[in-house]
Order: sequence, then C-alpha cells, then structure tokens
Amino acid sequence: MDKRTQDYGKYAGAIVIWLLLLSMPLWINQVGGYTQLGTRVVVMALAAMALNFLLGYTGVLSFGHAAYFGLGVYGAGLTIKFLLPSTFAGMAVGVLTALVAAAVIGILIVHLRGIYFAMVTIAFGQVFYFIAFRWNNVTGGDDGLSNWGRLPIDFGLAKLDIQHSPVMFYYFVLFFFAVSVAIMAALLRSPFGRTLLAIRENERRTRFLGVPVDRHIYLSWLISCTFVGLAGTLYGLLNNFADPHDLHWSQSGDFVIMAVLGGMRSFWGPLIGAAIFVVLQDYVSTMTQNWMSFIGLFFVLVVLFFPRGVLGILRRKAAS
Amino acid sequence: MTQLILYNVFNGLIIGAFYALMALGLSLILNLSGVINFAHGGFLAIGAYLAFFLIPFIGFWGALVVAPVLTAVFGLIIERLLIRPLYGRDPLYSLLLTFGLAFMFEDGTRFIWGPQTLPFSIPQWLSSPLSGQYFFLTGYRLFMVALVSLAVIVLFVVLGRTRLGMRIRAGTLDLETVSVLGVNVRILRSLNFGLGIYMAGLAGVLAAGMLGLQPTIGSELIMPSFVAIIIGGLGSLPGTLVGGLLIGVASGVTTVFFPSASEAVIYVMMGLVLLVRPRGLFGEEGRF
Repeated sequence: MDKRTQDYGKYAGAIVIWLLLLSMPLWINQVGGYTQLGTRVVVMALAAMALNFLLGYTGVLSFGHAAYFGLGVYGAGLTIKFLLPSTFAGMAVGVLTALVAAAVIGILIVHLRGIYFAMVTIAFGQVFYFIAFRWNNVTGGDDGLSNWGRLPIDFGLAKLDIQHSPVMFYYFVLFFFAVSVAIMAALLRSPFGRTLLAIRENERRTRFLGVPVDRHIYLSWLISCTFVGLAGTLYGLLNNFADPHDLHWSQSGDFVIMAVLGGMRSFWGPLIGAAIFVVLQDYVSTMTQNWMSFIGLFFVLVVLFFPRGVLGILRRKAAS
Repeated sequence: MTQLILYNVFNGLIIGAFYALMALGLSLILNLSGVINFAHGGFLAIGAYLAFFLIPFIGFWGALVVAPVLTAVFGLIIERLLIRPLYGRDPLYSLLLTFGLAFMFEDGTRFIWGPQTLPFSIPQWLSSPLSGQYFFLTGYRLFMVALVSLAVIVLFVVLGRTRLGMRIRAGTLDLETVSVLGVNVRILRSLNFGLGIYMAGLAGVLAAGMLGLQPTIGSELIMPSFVAIIIGGLGSLPGTLVGGLLIGVASGVTTVFFPSASEAVIYVMMGLVLLVRPRGLFGEEGRF
C-alpha cells in the first residue's frame, strides 16, 4: 500500500469516527444504549487518548493515571459544592489540581524508566485515594462526594441547559473532547511530538543528538495528566458524584487496557478501546455479580490474543 | 502512653513483616524476570483460603506446611501457561495480565467462600497474651515474627549458599550470560517464580490468622509491598526487607499521633526517598 492511499484511509477513518460521534444521540437508543453511556464512552476515550500520548507516543509506562483523573473529579466536585457553584469554575479548578499534582510528582519520577517508572506511578496514585478515602468531613470518604452537580451555563445571549438535557451535555463533552484531541494531534505533528516518537524508538540515540530527554518526558507527562484531569472533571459532571474508586489503581488499569485494546500505536485506537470496554462493562455489570472476574478474564484475553489492539490488527491486515 | 507507642511499634513491626515477606517474593520475580506481579496479593489470598479449607482436615500446623506449597504449585501452573509467553516482551503486557489475574483471584475467592470475614482458627495456646502488662504480646504474634524471620533467613541462605541461589543472583545481573553458560533459564525462572509465590502463600496463612480472612486481604497488602520495594531499592533484597519493616513501623507510629494518615504516610516516605536518593536506600546506581 503506497503512502497516498494510506493517507486517504486515515482521513476516511477520521471522518467516519467524527460522523459517528456527532450523530451519537440519534442512533444510540436504537442500538440499545442510552445517551449517558455515549457520554461515558467519550469521556473515557479522552482519558485513554491522553494516557496514550504518554504510553503509546512517548513510550513511558504510566500505570497511575487514575490519580489525575480522580483529582479532576474531586477538584470539580469540591469547588462546585463548597466554593463557587459554577460548572466552568469547577472544571478549571479540577484541571489545575491535576496539573499541579502532576507537576510535583513528575519532578520525583521523571528520571526513572521502564518498570521502575510504572511501579512508582502505581504507588503514588494511591496517596490521593487514601486522602479521599480518609478525609471524611471534606471528601465524604468511602461514600463519595454527593449533593453537587453540573449547572446550566449562561452565556448572556443563550443559556446552555446541560443540567437537564443529557443530549446537550453530550455535545458539551464532545466539544471539549474535540478541542483536546485537536491539541494533542497538533502537538504530535509538531517537532516536539516527533521528538517524543524518537525518544520512544531509541532514547539513547535521541539523547546523543542533544535532545533534553527528561524535559521532553516531563512535558509529555504534564500534557497527558492535564487532559486526563479534564476527562476527570467531565466524568464528575456526568455522574454528579465523586467516587473514591475514580482514584483507585484499578481505574488506572482500566485506562491502560482501553489504550492497549484499541491499539497503542494509533491515534484513534484508545477511542475504540474505550468504546468496547465501557459498553462491555456496562453490560456485564448488569448481568452478573461477578463482573470483576469477567473484566479480569478480559484483561488476560486481550494480552494473550490482541496485544496489538483492534486497530493494530486492522492495519496489519491492510498492509499484508 | 509508652505502652500505646510500644503497642503500635510492635504492631507496625508485624505488619511490616508481612509487607516484607510479600515484597521479597515480588522482588525475586521482578529482579529475575522483569515482571511486576500484580496478582501477588491474589496468590496471598489463595494461600490463606487454602489454609482455611485444609484446617478441618489436617489442622493448623498441617495447613501451615501444605497451603503455601499448593499455592506455589498453582503459581507454577499460571507461570507456565500465561506468564512464560510474555517474557522478553514489553513489561506492559505482563503487568496487564497479572492485573487481570488479580481481579479474577479476588473475585474467585469471593465467589467460592463469600464476601464476609471468615473465622480463622489458630491453636488456643498461641492466641492468649503472654503478659498482663503488655497485652499485645500474644503467642501468635511472637510466633509469627519468629516464623517470618526464619523464612527470611532461609531465603537468604538459599540465595547466598546454594547453586540455585547463585544462579538466581547471577540471572538478575545478566540472564543472557547465565543462559550461555548452560543453565536452563526457563526452569530457573519457573523455580524463582514458585519461590516467590510460596512466600506469598506463607504470608497469606499467617495474615489470615491475624487480620482475619476476607477476599480483599491480598489487594490491601500489595500496594505497601510496592512501596517497600521502591524505598528499599529495586534489585536489592535486603533493601526490600528493610523497606517493609520501615514502612510497617512508620505507619504504626503514625497511628498513634494521626490515625487517618496511617496509610498515606508511607507514600510520603516514598516521595522523600525518591527525592533524596532516586535508586532507593539500598539500590545500585544505574540499574533502573
């Protein structure tokens, strides 16, 4: 397959994906879903794609992204509940909290590589879980933070009622998804993004070329965590609830499996992985008490039989 | 007050001994095979529940001997079927696989034995306090400290003095050369994995007698074990041992003064260690 047809294939794929996303509220009820499920897919996809910025494109194995996701959730929730009842204020604080935490922890871990990096990110993720779990009178502890939620947005000329209309909220989320994805795609196409790919492929050689590798990894980590934090704020607004489980290490594993399942080496892979995972989880948890076993089995099967992910397999088929 | 602090330090030491026992097994597997075994807590739970199942038939002492061995055998089967194909691949895959296994083990034990805490009977003469003033010094706790110490000593003797131990140590430094010198690396990895899982099983039986038996017993112990390894230094088994005891005592002491931070404190310690000494207390420079 020559370069040009490959490019056409990419454009066609992106167009199909955007058409499906834009028309989601029209068809999702017909196929047995509901609008909130579609919104959840988009939110999780944003988180998984943000993780993949680091995992698939920089080649850094982070297994603790739930921390920054959960900080987004709690940041938004606590702000709206206690400080300022405004959707945008909550989102801003949530994203900022995730960014600051990532900036501090990033300094400690940016020199580490491979499994060491993975282990430290896993372990650090738990700090925030225990804070949320134990600080009862502020975070609600094990019961989670409730009695807050998304509020209508007043632009003066028009009012956006995301509070009562799930469809309106879906497009609200999709807007942030689109902006984030566009920024990440632009970054990956820039010289900075190409340098990240070079670090992934051969870190030592990139370092010999005079690239400050640690600084690039640090920036990639910050970008990734910030967008995961944004996904977290949207997730909190979707549920009108903050659950300590959003911060738990098992949530981090979910993000990684979404990226792997869809295909870590492709930009849209995590979106497909997130769609499959979220729908499956929704279905299995209504069918059986033992959904943990099914999700666990799912992890094992993906690793053994689909390590390249859905898009990886499709691309390989197309190439042969 | 002194008594309270002593009580919590001692408690922390015991918890730390669990962390250390579990972290040593994790460390063994990590050092030789480069696999972060997320399912280690699951294996611990399986060891504990196997002992619970076996006690009515062969008693506590029989279960203490048999259950860890059965756990290790189960671990060998898992290693052979699922983990061996992933050696040499991106560590991401073994991480995800063992992550899934951890879910399955926890849910499996819940499915078979139920979510409630089960009574785990230890011999009567072990559970009574030895002294009126220091009520926390029960026979079982002292026995546990002794047994964990014994297990650790045996492990270090095996690693330091036997041919198998020598090969494992050599393999953690350079597995390829060990293979070229005619050692069957597959068998070496399997034995090493089995050894690690045996320790998880042993920790499981002991933990069940003290913390009570429930399906989440393993997933509660796994994170501190990671922290113990990182604080002690990746690649160093004595470091792992020290790390485990250290965080156990630290969280015990924190319980006295600021109970709600008793879990978070070990992560703060980890942050400090990484800031001052990124390779961990006993880690070798430049290995990771």
